Amino acid sequence: MKILVCISNVPDTTTKITFTDNNTQFNTNGVQFILNPYDEIALARAIELTEGGKGTVTVINVGEVSTEPTIRKALAIGADDAVRINAKPHDAWFVAKQIASYIQQNSYDLVLTGRESIDYNGSKVAGMLGELLDIPSVSIIKKLDIEGDLAVVEREIEGGKEILSIQLPFVAGAAEGVAEPKIPNMRGIMSARTKPLAVVEPVEVSTNLTFSGFEIPAARGQVKLIPTDDSASLIGLLHTEARVI
Amino acid sequence: MAVLIYTENAGGKFKKSTFEAISYARAIADETGTTLTAISIGDVDPGELALPGKYGTDKVLHVCNGQLKNFINQAYASVIAEAAKKENADIVVLSNSFSGRGLAPRIAVKLDAGLADGVISLPEISGSQFRVKKTAFSGKAFAIFELTSAKKVISLSPNAYQVVEKHAEGKIEEFIPELKPTDFKALVKEVIQSADKVSLPDAEIVVSGGRGLKGPENWGMLEELASLLGAATACSKPVSDAGWRSHSEHVGQTGITVSPNLYIAVGISGAIQHLAGVSSSKVIVVINKDPEAPFFKVADYGIVGDAFEVVPKLIAAVKEYKASA
Repeated sequence: MKILVCISNVPDTTTKITFTDNNTQFNTNGVQFILNPYDEIALARAIELTEGGKGTVTVINVGEVSTEPTIRKALAIGADDAVRINAKPHDAWFVAKQIASYIQQNSYDLVLTGRESIDYNGSKVAGMLGELLDIPSVSIIKKLDIEGDLAVVEREIEGGKEILSIQLPFVAGAAEGVAEPKIPNMRGIMSARTKPLAVVEPVEVSTNLTFSGFEIPAARGQVKLIPTDDSASLIGLLHTEARVI
Repeated sequence: MAVLIYTENAGGKFKKSTFEAISYARAIADETGTTLTAISIGDVDPGELALPGKYGTDKVLHVCNGQLKNFINQAYASVIAEAAKKENADIVVLSNSFSGRGLAPRIAVKLDAGLADGVISLPEISGSQFRVKKTAFSGKAFAIFELTSAKKVISLSPNAYQVVEKHAEGKIEEFIPELKPTDFKALVKEVIQSADKVSLPDAEIVVSGGRGLKGPENWGMLEELASLLGAATACSKPVSDAGWRSHSEHVGQTGITVSPNLYIAVGISGAIQHLAGVSSSKVIVVINKDPEAPFFKVADYGIVGDAFEVVPKLIAAVKEYKASA
């Protein structure tokens, strides 16, 4: 079984978000970039599913050369090889078109992404890939098992879950529950340096969206502290002042 | 020209987020001087189909087909795209629910449309400019985009837009889509709903607990408070990582992002990753023993005190308030 895991390079979760150039550029100064946490879950499951010679795991990233440390991290965790599409990832459509084009030339049995990237919080790439390749896509999965060419998948829904049976190949976005992220060991880190990392030039994509700028949410007013003894008065305030109950 | 709204249902009933999306789509239709058509797929309870009209829907397309009884992402996307073409809709609106997140990208590709997902306010339209705003960096910022394509797909974040009643005809029409066998490769085997619980992403009030509660056995009081307030329960990452609560309750940057009217955090210190997931809540209440807890800096109301002392007092106060209301 051949599995492709799509990974993104995102600011670390502890990053304080600031912008430059009149709020049009994300300030990367001093920001540590990491493998998107949900992609780590997807990668961990892909490795589990192919363990013991049952298949291979390729990771693919659309990014400039600066994303290679993140790609090497994925190789250290246990991916067999990697592909970097040499382009700035403008938006989800651009990324999906690049990856779809690569998949059309190198077929895979399963394509995994994270449920969303923690920077723009989109969960668009999985669905777009599914449509471009005309195969099923599931946006947020909590569990994934494969038996032959059929997968059993748990999908998150509001207030519950859905169990699906899906024919391979398909695309799915992994969330917590699918697997525990794996920490690279020393052997993984050593071998990651020599594992193949192919660099592929991008295909041309016409854009349908342009980025205008960022805004920082307005700061909240001063917190109103209520004495512990008077805790009960909170309920009245929530009703009469905040009007939320 | 028209606006098409996909009216998602759960267990035969349209959801609150669906009515929010209808009201939102109506406002866009008014702004662009066009009509609003809804499409409902699958079984809905009798009487439900009359509801979109109350919120400004001119026409309701009803798809009733045994093969489409359960949600099938690929097939539903095909049906919605087909309806959009038939209605000559240049804007398709959905709720950014779990299902909506699966549908929107597929519909956008089918229609060659730009996709704005998780949008939190009405688009700014001037001439051919069409600007949308969404949260980015898990609520740490907003990003503004311009959709430059002729066709547009917009998914609206739950709890971001007020439901507005506005009477329109809401004429119900049967819509018989063309079904492609290749769209049925993913089939629903089972739907498991926890009926007694309020769904977290849709909840208007959320009661959330952190490590300060010391153990899973102490969640009873939070559940009681939540149930009295009609709230959903949630937790911080360390709590779900420790297995005290399920991952589906984990709110934060790597969990669920919520934007309820009221978020009550009990025994959560407020790590930056947690704050990211709750910062778009309208009102935040923080209860924590530690007056230095960073959560107080972003709270509207705070009580510095022991959760085991404060929460029972709140429960009593809510009971009293409800009895007098």
